[in-house]
Amino acid sequence: MNPAPTNENPFAGDSSGIQQRETAARWGLRVGSYIVVIITLAIMLHIFVKGAPVVFQSKWPFVNTQFLTELPATLHVIEDQEGTRIETDVNGADAVKKKLGDNFRSEKTISYSGGGILGPIVGTALLVIVSVGVALFLGVACAIYLSEYAKHGKFLEMVRLAILNLAGVPSVVFGLFGLGAFVLTAPTFVDVPADRSVFSIPLGFTTLSFEGWDTCVLSGGFTLAFVILPVIITASEQCLQAVPQGFRETSMALGATRWQTIRYSVLPFATPGILTSSILGIARAAGETAPIMFTAALAFKDKLPWQKDLPPLPADASIFAHWEQSVSRFLGIFTESVQALPYHIYTLAAKIPQNEYAERAQYGSVFVFLVLVASLAASSVLLRKHLRAKYRW
Amino acid sequence: MAADTPDLTVAEPLIQVEKFNYAYGDNQVLFDVDLNMRSEDVMALIGPSGCGKSTLLRSINRINDLVDSARVVSGKIKIDGVDLYAPDVDVISLRRNVGMVFQKYNPFPRSIFENAVYGLRVAGIKDRHDLEEAAERSLRSAALWDEVKDRLHEVATGLSGGQQQRLCIARAIALQPRILLMDEPCAALDPIATARIEELIHQLRGQYTFVIVTHNMEQAKRIADRTAFFYKGRLIEEDETMNIFNHPRDPQTEAYITGRLT
Repeated sequence: MNPAPTNENPFAGDSSGIQQRETAARWGLRVGSYIVVIITLAIMLHIFVKGAPVVFQSKWPFVNTQFLTELPATLHVIEDQEGTRIETDVNGADAVKKKLGDNFRSEKTISYSGGGILGPIVGTALLVIVSVGVALFLGVACAIYLSEYAKHGKFLEMVRLAILNLAGVPSVVFGLFGLGAFVLTAPTFVDVPADRSVFSIPLGFTTLSFEGWDTCVLSGGFTLAFVILPVIITASEQCLQAVPQGFRETSMALGATRWQTIRYSVLPFATPGILTSSILGIARAAGETAPIMFTAALAFKDKLPWQKDLPPLPADASIFAHWEQSVSRFLGIFTESVQALPYHIYTLAAKIPQNEYAERAQYGSVFVFLVLVASLAASSVLLRKHLRAKYRW
Repeated sequence: MAADTPDLTVAEPLIQVEKFNYAYGDNQVLFDVDLNMRSEDVMALIGPSGCGKSTLLRSINRINDLVDSARVVSGKIKIDGVDLYAPDVDVISLRRNVGMVFQKYNPFPRSIFENAVYGLRVAGIKDRHDLEEAAERSLRSAALWDEVKDRLHEVATGLSGGQQQRLCIARAIALQPRILLMDEPCAALDPIATARIEELIHQLRGQYTFVIVTHNMEQAKRIADRTAFFYKGRLIEEDETMNIFNHPRDPQTEAYITGRLT
């Protein structure tokens, strides 16, 4: 308040500028953090403002159910002489034109922007299920081996280097790899090998032919699995390492084998963390576009993966035949190509002429996409909380 | 569970450590250790930190095999004359016969009951009745039954530290091993809990052969029949506990027990 006029005060500080630098550093760092928060909020707000009106509506049931339950379709916009625009699909266009009669002025068609986005939602869900399933199995197996079995040494370092490199590979490279490995050469059982088969092994009742799985959920899911594998391995290994070493020693000292120890005293306590890491995997797998472009995704498909024309069964077909057809219908889901949300957004944004209708479909899709990923993440967090409460140490 | 012992009439020691050299990588931690431990004795291993006593203890049930770089350089540890590091020894059945209690009480975050029967479960015993019987027997032996009998299915980490450590002892003796290794079993406990553990060791004396690593020399005096003093990876002196503390032959032993050597 009233500084002593003398230089007696030993705590007065000096004038060497340390204080100023301290303040500058603090504000510099603070501004950096603010920018990050502002950008995140801006993205969210932008998507919400533009996307929410597409998905929500003011009338009951407040959600635009058409957008969520219909397949993408070509949108027909018909304008009458007064300039009023009527939106309809390809089936309704003629009726509207007939009704307008002379009042008709013009018709515009906008690809993919009508209907809804059920196809892409289903496709992305299937791709995520396959990729996370494959990646969790491979990734957790690899992490357990690295963390619990492998001895420190050259081999372990090599594996770690490989994982690190895998994490750095651009996703379009995974896409090309998937095209070569899964779409064109993966082994499959066929009666007659196709011409493009790399080689085939006759097995008598069938032939194991390396002719690929074609563009389908399976090819895309496996490709995506390799994209998210490094994330899952690294995170799972960290979770396993976080389980106290004492649990392992105690378990082994009580006569458990290594696998029993892992099974009863390591994995249960690492599972919450592994699930959290798989959230990251899900979000990443759902969002990648490049790996599925050549392996699974189509710009447009007018059927859901299970809507397939199978030969109708005879009326007296046995239960077994019905069951067999159901199974083949179920398995058929994974050998179909699909639409996927990120690729659908890409198509809407880059492959068709831009106008208000295309933009509306884009933002609607992006909004739904964000909500889906966020709710997946939220459910995994809840699951982890539940498991954490069960296993605490 | 215990292997049948032909005869103990001969004063053959139960555990024989012969010219035992042990190393972590290039760092040798035990040098030419020769030590015999009699059946049903309580043997205390004392010495300053890093003297190798824990390593020796952890070599008796081969739990140190879990450490990547650990290896036997030369020498043998025998139980009933069988070399533990011979290729035909199955570590799993070895560990069922040689129980271990660790410094930090670490029951699994499961129920008290599941902790008590863990060793039996991994040994493949499934019968509920057998498991319950074994749990009660071992919890009674560990003087814990009366405190936990009404909450066997509550999570074990809710017990007090001393109770948790007694649960760890119960868990080890559920397998009815012949030897119990204890690595500073009271280091993380308060004096009252420590006294209860020591009392428990007195009660169990004679049923098991105890090998106890301790930093607490008073504790060694109270519970051990024989005491071995280690310094810098070597066994300096081993004798009746009273002789070690009252008439140490080696000046290093004397320096340690009088607090001049750390």
